[in-house]
Amino acid sequence: MSSKSEPIIRVRGLVNRFGAQIVHENLDLDVERGEVIGIVGGSGTGKSVLLRTIVGLNRQAAGIIEVFGARTDQLDSDQRLAMEQRWGVLFQDGALFSSMTVAENIQVPLREHYGLPTHLLEEIAALKVAMVGLPSDACRKYPSELSGGMRKRAGLARALALDPEIVFLDEPTAGLDPIGASAFDELIRSLQKSLGLTVFMVTHDLDSLVAICDRIAVLAEKRVILTGTYEDMLAHDHPWVREYFHGPRARAALKTAAE
Amino acid sequence: MGVPSLRQDRTADGLVLRPEGRWTVATVGALDRDVDRIAAHPGTVVVDLDGLEGLDTAGALLLRRAMRRCQPTGDSCRIAGGTEAHLDLLSMVAANDREPLPLVRRNALSDMLERVGRATLEALAEAKIFTGFLGLVVERALRAAMTPWRFRVTALVHQMEQAGLNALPIIGLVSFLIGVVMAYQGAVQLRLFGAEIYTVDLLAVSILRELGVLLTAIIVAGRSGSAFTAEIGAMKFREEIDAMRVLGIDPVDALVLPRMLALILTLPVVTFFANAMALMGGALLCWMTLDIAPEVFVERFSNTNPWHFYTGMIKAPVFAAVIALVGCHAGMQVTGRAESVGRMTTKSVVQSIFLVIVIDAIFSIFFNVLKV
Repeated sequence: MSSKSEPIIRVRGLVNRFGAQIVHENLDLDVERGEVIGIVGGSGTGKSVLLRTIVGLNRQAAGIIEVFGARTDQLDSDQRLAMEQRWGVLFQDGALFSSMTVAENIQVPLREHYGLPTHLLEEIAALKVAMVGLPSDACRKYPSELSGGMRKRAGLARALALDPEIVFLDEPTAGLDPIGASAFDELIRSLQKSLGLTVFMVTHDLDSLVAICDRIAVLAEKRVILTGTYEDMLAHDHPWVREYFHGPRARAALKTAAE
Repeated sequence: MGVPSLRQDRTADGLVLRPEGRWTVATVGALDRDVDRIAAHPGTVVVDLDGLEGLDTAGALLLRRAMRRCQPTGDSCRIAGGTEAHLDLLSMVAANDREPLPLVRRNALSDMLERVGRATLEALAEAKIFTGFLGLVVERALRAAMTPWRFRVTALVHQMEQAGLNALPIIGLVSFLIGVVMAYQGAVQLRLFGAEIYTVDLLAVSILRELGVLLTAIIVAGRSGSAFTAEIGAMKFREEIDAMRVLGIDPVDALVLPRMLALILTLPVVTFFANAMALMGGALLCWMTLDIAPEVFVERFSNTNPWHFYTGMIKAPVFAAVIALVGCHAGMQVTGRAESVGRMTTKSVVQSIFLVIVIDAIFSIFFNVLKV
């Protein structure tokens, strides 16, 4: 891990509520530069809401969120745009623009922000498609012509279009078969290493947690009750954490990882 | 500093390429031409990365192209200096380097011909499927008529309320205004001949025969036809229709027949209401601008041919069946993609209005032949 300097994402005292329902209360979280952090928690504990709040799709009721050392709620629109170009988001089903081919999807942020010549755009798109492990003919295909796993890869390629420093992944392996899921885990890990990414991953997938996460943060009781490595999770005695990390599926995941 | 540049030094050993500044996606656009001007160099080529301040995949991609321009394989260039991160990035780009697929240039004329051909085939295929659906609905309707106690009365009443009762305010208002407009336009023209009183006949013919029922059908197509498509389409999209099938419920029985019967029952009633409102608007205007008192209007009106009224009312259930059939069919045609619900809804409204007007024209010819 990189040195224990300033965290790349720092959340303090975050409160989120929808009407009378409080989702987060006094939530604290640090994400270090260059790590892969996995966010886990039961259904409805607000994992996705946390992700959406950090990237600014949902405005917090109270609390501080700092990304790259700057408070996200105090940016003017130019600074906000500059910040958004330093992160990439992969939504659950890729959220590719359905009227565009994969290559065009990847080129959207490049075209929007930088005047690059067309053949360079084509080269960049071809490179990103290769990087996420899609065949080159996927460039000319439309999202509807791709399988779920391929759509996720294409979505990841678009998230990586601007060479971001942080990548947010919302349940990247949900809905993939086990082979596809572990291939996707490997892909994230290798891209993270070669591009020096920080990965913020919301997941339910115990195999992903074991395989690629440096640290895990557990959301429960409206806040992050625990962060640490997989071993830390095993040692903790919170009932939900015990049930989650000592359940039959968790043991199976650990066994496969050990083999 | 930070502005990217590419220096070429010719030394005794060969060519040295010195990329300098920040080679990132934000800046490399300007370098594209410089890179393309590099000439091939048969001797040794060294790439000195020490001047590089920043590199991302776009920059690395361009740097590789520069190396390829010097020496076709690109891999024979020697790399000197550079941080570990930069070297990692270069080797990752090298590993994933592929020629982008060539852009397909298309011929506009042949494209247009292809589109026309495809559209024709699609229209034919659609007509076939629609005919099949019509047959299916008729078969199910006949079967349902044999077992009327099994009919879904609650759904029928609900649809009648939605499609009929709730449509009354808007249809009433629109019809009233059209009545006013027709009477006014007719009065202006007929006054030139001193034949103001014929405004009543004009209203009777135009509203009872055509406008009342057409307006009603068009508004109902926009309100209820689109709602049918959207409701059934959303159910199709969420696999609810499939769930009904595996539970042994026929979607035509459960969804299509109640909607269709509801519309067939309510459209004539709503048409009658629309006729009444339009005539009231016309009568009001006649009274105000032509001094035709209401009782005179009513007397004159009651002497007109009652077939004006009958022809309009005969058309109403036919239009209703067309609107319901097109709306439900479009809903059933929704595929697993979210945007297809929206597309089919638009299509159902356009098609049902089109069909209503075509059938209206056919009715006109038919009634003309029958001389009614």
